[in-house]
Amino acid sequence: MEIPENVKKRLSIPAEEHFYAGHTACQGCGASLGLRYVLKAYGKKTIFAIPACCSTIIAGPWPYSALDANLFHTAFETTGAVISGIEAALKAKGYKVKGEDGIMVVGWAGDGGTADIGLQALSGFLERGHDAVYIMYDNEAYMNTGIQRSGSTPYGAWTTNTPGGKKHFLEKRHKKKVIDIVIAHEIPYAATASIAYPEDFIRKLKKAQKTPGPSFIQLFAPCPTGWRSPTDKSIELARLAVQTAYFPLFEYENGRYKINMPSTKKEPKPIEEFLKLQGRFKYMTKEDIEILQQWVLHEWEKLKKLAEVFG
Amino acid sequence: MEYKPIRKVVSGNYAAAYAAKHARVEVVAAYPITPQTSIIEKIAEFIANGEVENLQYVAVESEHSAMAACIGASAAGARAFTATSAQGLALMHEMLHWASGARLPIVMVNVNRAMAPPWSVWDDQTDSLAQRDTGWMQFYAENNQEVYDGVLMSFKVAETVNLPAMVVESAFILSHTYDIVEMIPQELVDEFLPPRKPLYTLTDFDKPFSVGALGTPADYYEFRYKIEKAMEEAREVIRKVGKEFGEMFGRDYSQMIELYRTDDADFVFMGMGSLMGTVKQAVDVLREEGYKVGAAKVRWFRPFPKDELYELAKNVKGIAVLDRNFSFGQEGILFNEAKGVLYNTDAHPIMKNYIVGLGGRDFTVNDVKKIADNMKAIIEKGELDVEVDWYHLKR
Ligand SMILES: Cc1ncc(C[n+]2csc(CCOP(=O)(O)OP(=O)(O)O)c2C)c(N)n1
Ligand code: SF4
Repeated sequence: MEIPENVKKRLSIPAEEHFYAGHTACQGCGASLGLRYVLKAYGKKTIFAIPACCSTIIAGPWPYSALDANLFHTAFETTGAVISGIEAALKAKGYKVKGEDGIMVVGWAGDGGTADIGLQALSGFLERGHDAVYIMYDNEAYMNTGIQRSGSTPYGAWTTNTPGGKKHFLEKRHKKKVIDIVIAHEIPYAATASIAYPEDFIRKLKKAQKTPGPSFIQLFAPCPTGWRSPTDKSIELARLAVQTAYFPLFEYENGRYKINMPSTKKEPKPIEEFLKLQGRFKYMTKEDIEILQQWVLHEWEKLKKLAEVFG
Repeated sequence: MEYKPIRKVVSGNYAAAYAAKHARVEVVAAYPITPQTSIIEKIAEFIANGEVENLQYVAVESEHSAMAACIGASAAGARAFTATSAQGLALMHEMLHWASGARLPIVMVNVNRAMAPPWSVWDDQTDSLAQRDTGWMQFYAENNQEVYDGVLMSFKVAETVNLPAMVVESAFILSHTYDIVEMIPQELVDEFLPPRKPLYTLTDFDKPFSVGALGTPADYYEFRYKIEKAMEEAREVIRKVGKEFGEMFGRDYSQMIELYRTDDADFVFMGMGSLMGTVKQAVDVLREEGYKVGAAKVRWFRPFPKDELYELAKNVKGIAVLDRNFSFGQEGILFNEAKGVLYNTDAHPIMKNYIVGLGGRDFTVNDVKKIADNMKAIIEKGELDVEVDWYHLKR
């Protein structure tokens, strides 16, 4: 559909599409929306590296590709290393990398491929200071292999290897704070983002593009299939995750923290509002919900303090 | 330009590093492991001293990442190099498949070292031979000169057929032993090995494409077949490149199996790598003592030199296969391969497998002489004593 010029002018998100129709994501997939925004932000002068994850499939089988950009499919745990190698090659060959007119090297990996098996390669990538962007789309479990827990799965969530049952066995660990691990590397730019706030996400992508060195964005990306949620509720869920402070949006830039959302003045919404739309939390007892609520508020206070002191 | 070699006394590892430098590699991503370490240290030194231009050195956090980074670099069009050994190579295993599957002509030096446990840093070929089915070509060097030559030729072969190649040298026997190596002036290396022309590169933005997407049962099979076609093509390319190398620099590598005094031999010793230096020396001694023996050094293990083996086997009564490696539950790996090749031919010499030198156990001229006596007796009797002989076993 042709967008009228007057409408185009008002759009803060680039109108061009570089993500083709016909990709193979499930209905309501947050990850596919995220990928679309990344392509909008960076355009086709981009080299993607995607490891084993849902996005491998979303991009389409050979000889098709849903991405209007070059894409190297790689092994599960290698995103950080492969983008390092691509960046090194570009430099050896004299290309401009990153910046407004440079080539964007983008690692696009799931939470499993980032928080767990790929953590070592991610750490190496961050620590060596390559000019590339690593985006972790966080759907809070291994979806591609059929919904198993990852280090990023929250407390109380049902997955196929943390099922709920007679003995009430489910995920007993809080979500691993990958972004904190990333920040510990003291890279120039790291941020959280959400598919419910595309302007914010694209702004962060642009910032990552302009900032030399490694950047990292953790993108909250609901997965109706794995979360047992209605396919038309993904954006709402992503928004609730922010409004409940379950997944606050913030930036870390050269030692400084800045909270983007939710408001630091208002009390976050109760966590139940986020939980109740999803089948994966149905085994949680009242006590479980309280445990999660306390954790969320504790982490939120921590972040607010960081922004206050190091803002 | 007339060829005047530059003679340097270097270790096998330094020979490898110089070859990488002369090949003008653009990305080196590597992780240290004994006895490979001095290869990558030397390359870092080249950079520190400003002896190389446009070389990006990625000091990765593991061998798995070393190969992954080389893969990324090679896919982006660079000439990529790494080196490893034993545990490091084993950790890379998954990515070795990735390199060949994505048709990337990465060259890697592997220093043959025994796998743990028990910990051992000494020579053993099982590490590289365990990577047999990864779609990598494998060149086994006998001495430091062959390490140097092997790296240069491997790049040329790899970039012609779009498959990765491994140059294998033995722990300490070559990696840390100094010897004279004739190096080639840079201009002539450049003539022999021009800049890489990649099959594809991720920097081609006009026609976006993806590498390594899901291959359904409708297509996966053909992808495998194409790798095999490239391996077959590699045999001819190897011979051609080996011949060209000989014409330019005086050392001919056109034979995938180097034959040494085999013309009128009753039986030959067959093996790979540095142990064949010992064997050649022993052949000279045995010849003086009246034994009609020769040596057959398998230079390229992948692709496997079937034709050369058949030609050899037609003309001898016996082959003693010396394996510095073992495939548990079966036999030495070279022995297994060689027997397999000959089954459907009319060449059936008596073949016996001697397992030698595992984990750096010394293997000497005297050992070759003992093996010669044993082989001679077997051939005279026309029957094997044992098929697989754990030669050094303390009994
Ligand atoms: C070495 C290795 N181990 C296991 C797998 C199987 N595997 C493929 S994708 C995947 C899970 C991916 O999860 P995540 O990174 O969270 O992405 P998502 O599927 O949720 O998009 C697993 C376990 C693999 N491909 N490679
Ligand atoms: S399983 Fe989830 S993450 Fe994967 S494609 Fe479907 S909705 Fe997207």
